[in-house]
Amino acid sequence: MEAMKQYPDPSRIREELVQKYPAKVAKKRTKSIVINDPESIPEVQANVRTVPGIITQRGCSYAGCKGVVLGPTRDIVNIVHGPIGCSFYAWLTRRNQTRPETPEHENYITYCFSTDMQEENVVFGGEKKLKQAIQEAYDLFHPKSIAIFSTCPVGLIGDDVHAASKEMREKLGDCNVFGFSCEGYRGVSQSAGHHIANNGVFKHMVGRNNEVKEGKFKLNLLGEYNIGGDAFEIERIFEKCGITLVASFSGNSTVGQLENSHTADLNVIMCHRSINYMGEMMETKYGIPWMKVNFVGAESTAKSLRKIAEYFDDAELKARVEEVIAEEMPKVKAIIDEIRPRTEGKTAMLFVGGSRAHHYQDLFTELGMTTVAAGYEFAHRDDYEGRHVLPNIKIDADSKNIEELKVTADPELYQPRKTEAELEALKEKGLEINGYEGMMKQMMKKSLVIDDVSHYESEKLIEIYKPDIFCAGIKEKYVVQKMGVPLKQLHSYDYGGPYTGFVGATNFYRDIDRMVNNPVWKLIKAPWEKAGNGKGTELEAAYVTQ
Amino acid sequence: MLLRHTPKEVKEREGLTINPAKTCQPIGAMYAALGIHGCLPHSHGSQGCCSYHRSTLTRHYKEPVMAATSSFTEGASVFGGQANLLQSIETIFAVYDPDIIAVHSTCLSETIGDDLQQITKKASDDGKIPEGKYVIYASTPSFVGSHVTGYANMLTGIAEQFAQSTGEKKDQINIIAGWMEPSDMREIKRLSKELGVKIVLFPDTSDVLDAPQTGKHVFYPKGGTTVEELKSAGDSKCSLALGCISAEPAAIGLDKKCRVPFETVDMPIGLSATDRFIMSLSKAAGVEVPDEITAERGRLIDVMTDMEQYFYGKKVALFGDPDQLIPLTEFLLDLGMKPVHIVSGTPGMRFEKRMKEILQRIPGANFKNGLNADMFLLHQWMKNEPVDLLIGNTYGKYIARDENIPFIRFGFPILDRIGHSYFPNVGYTGSLRLIEKILGVLMDRQDREAPEEKFELVM
Repeated sequence: MEAMKQYPDPSRIREELVQKYPAKVAKKRTKSIVINDPESIPEVQANVRTVPGIITQRGCSYAGCKGVVLGPTRDIVNIVHGPIGCSFYAWLTRRNQTRPETPEHENYITYCFSTDMQEENVVFGGEKKLKQAIQEAYDLFHPKSIAIFSTCPVGLIGDDVHAASKEMREKLGDCNVFGFSCEGYRGVSQSAGHHIANNGVFKHMVGRNNEVKEGKFKLNLLGEYNIGGDAFEIERIFEKCGITLVASFSGNSTVGQLENSHTADLNVIMCHRSINYMGEMMETKYGIPWMKVNFVGAESTAKSLRKIAEYFDDAELKARVEEVIAEEMPKVKAIIDEIRPRTEGKTAMLFVGGSRAHHYQDLFTELGMTTVAAGYEFAHRDDYEGRHVLPNIKIDADSKNIEELKVTADPELYQPRKTEAELEALKEKGLEINGYEGMMKQMMKKSLVIDDVSHYESEKLIEIYKPDIFCAGIKEKYVVQKMGVPLKQLHSYDYGGPYTGFVGATNFYRDIDRMVNNPVWKLIKAPWEKAGNGKGTELEAAYVTQ
Repeated sequence: MLLRHTPKEVKEREGLTINPAKTCQPIGAMYAALGIHGCLPHSHGSQGCCSYHRSTLTRHYKEPVMAATSSFTEGASVFGGQANLLQSIETIFAVYDPDIIAVHSTCLSETIGDDLQQITKKASDDGKIPEGKYVIYASTPSFVGSHVTGYANMLTGIAEQFAQSTGEKKDQINIIAGWMEPSDMREIKRLSKELGVKIVLFPDTSDVLDAPQTGKHVFYPKGGTTVEELKSAGDSKCSLALGCISAEPAAIGLDKKCRVPFETVDMPIGLSATDRFIMSLSKAAGVEVPDEITAERGRLIDVMTDMEQYFYGKKVALFGDPDQLIPLTEFLLDLGMKPVHIVSGTPGMRFEKRMKEILQRIPGANFKNGLNADMFLLHQWMKNEPVDLLIGNTYGKYIARDENIPFIRFGFPILDRIGHSYFPNVGYTGSLRLIEKILGVLMDRQDREAPEEKFELVM
């Protein structure tokens, strides 16, 4: 099937998208705009610097580290070391839901902690204030862990958050204090912050508690942040199938779960971009294989559950998974049968995240909708083209300064869960073991793939394609809607969700049906504008006498 | 309980701020620049700043908020951000064609010592600023002051860099708006028109951040103070600055540059502050206050007298920004209410002085601003002396729910309700709306919690 029969030639669209740019900018942007061919996937320029001034969707390293990865764990006190803004903006805005065990259990997600750095701290150093803040947080709350996040000025003035954390950890004795050098200027996007967060969580949390808990099929769910309750739905399904979730990285998680996560026998990865480092490091150190899954989409959920059952290779689990799918699917089917006639044939564009622009295409496919263009905000080439390109990715200066941890097998705890031969056999069966095929393989021929789309390019795309729905984030939401096109936020879900699993899929179907078919979009023009304002005939008497 | 770890006992803190009642300078600079017609705000720092500010403003207004960033990487942080800013200016004029780029700094560019004046001059010398276009700037380090300071700094930059004195005075008055909503700015214009006074209002975010749905995205919406108006501000008879923290610095800047005398009045929130605003404006312009405005005032007073029993003696906790809190506290006192706990993260002696004066009528009232004056402290005060009403931005809803206290959203940011863009809080009409909201939440609570035999039909 070929996409966009009714649209101009995609290479002409590509030219149009960059036409207005200064020559150098046009040349650079052209490499990030490619015409897809799933049979022979072209190279996409990704994870490179954004052109200053171009109006990007991207954020910073701090956002990726504190906001994305560490934010959802409820019982860490996350202190942001820097001026007040960074902590303020990341305060509750990512909708990471959490469910403490009891009303007395710890939950600091509703709190915002900052050292509120002042000019004198920038001039004379802020370490003293940081240590004071850690002490005050400890005295007030006695948390198990305190994490410190560096903002831009911290790295520049040379505050050593790691030394300060170590000193306080030793002083306090029963509180694990550790720091992150996630200054906003590191890397080229949030992505650098994900990597920094993975390193820190791996170094300071994973492996601290070796107690092996009960459970026959134990796994960790990586790269699932419980936005809108996504992790709750996956937890529900796992429980129903008899699968034990040791830890989720990091939606609805606790410090204890993360510290114990190396006792699991499999890591399943949702958001490859933000957490693949963790999967790799845990495999090397503990011998736990990782596998790419996708719980966005009902069919994708069923497929992912079957893969998990296949991995554990247990007849009982396989049977249970089939039972659960058979029980859940009819409810999903009843809803999709009702909705699909209204969504069939419509078009979507997705420019978001590092995985979501891929995952959500499954849901649109289930709705009979076509993705005409898609791209990530902060992904790398492997998220587009598949992990086989990893050896060919050039490491530039911006990536080089993000630490790569040197990980080796743990002398005591390394225990390969599967032999090489077993893993090979699983791969043969189509399981993405230690692998990810990327977004482009699934997208249609001649669809457009654009990395780090600019504001200008988005507006042009909408003008040209007039999609029925556009998926991005809050900054794009009202721009696109002002153009008369509904925008689905795929960071915050427009305050809805969950969208994962079986229940989530039906939530998404209903939301998209509502959005693309909402009568309000037809009310934008005033009646006098439609009738040629003031140019009509005189009023006619129209009354009825009885 | 959502804030289950907040203890009743207040302990002095020096290092840790918890649940701040402020944010950082650049977002204020971005907001102020959006009130200039044809202007694209530009954040000179790393991408996260711009992304966070745009996101927060967008959540508050449910409107497009366009702004660009210098996209600092580690290299720029080491070698300086000049190349990034020059590239930004070139890209922006080529692609987005604004009349003005308003550059503000961030903690990053301030720490490394980038000089915006020098870089914009270089852009101009290198021919990167097209004929008839402008690049203006303001220094807005995040480690000084608060978002309100950033607003004031950008506004001062706008006044100083545009206003010109031709030597011939114009029959017009500048109204320099402190941080207020588009609806408030619209109301200020309406009141001035009602008084028959020609004004130059800046900034003016009405018709920018409350733009109509037309099926078209207008990158530079029709609102905003124009360059011509800003230039002419140097010839105005005088300026009225609405707010001593967010507006007065721009009035001082204008006076220094163009000799435009100014008067600082409170933001016209509530009866007394609106009275003073109307008096000052009519006096400055030499006009009589028309009957219609007197009648507007009368309607407000009428409701205040009709419903006095529901206000009298009710204790209130509030948090937000000084220029709003000062007249709001005064208004609560005019209503017979008791504002007992007040915090603002924005520093400044002026706030302390004014609050001391205003709160003389409430012995023992707690108020604090600046460092560690945060919502955690406010919540602790409330646990020690409970209140009947909480007023503040959306973050207050966590306290309100835990303590079961009626809550009114007021200030910035409001992330979970609409209305602030469309219905003013300033003027007599705005004050009437405030009263309606206060009564609404107090009476809803009474209706919800009254024993069945005491459930009232008429209130």
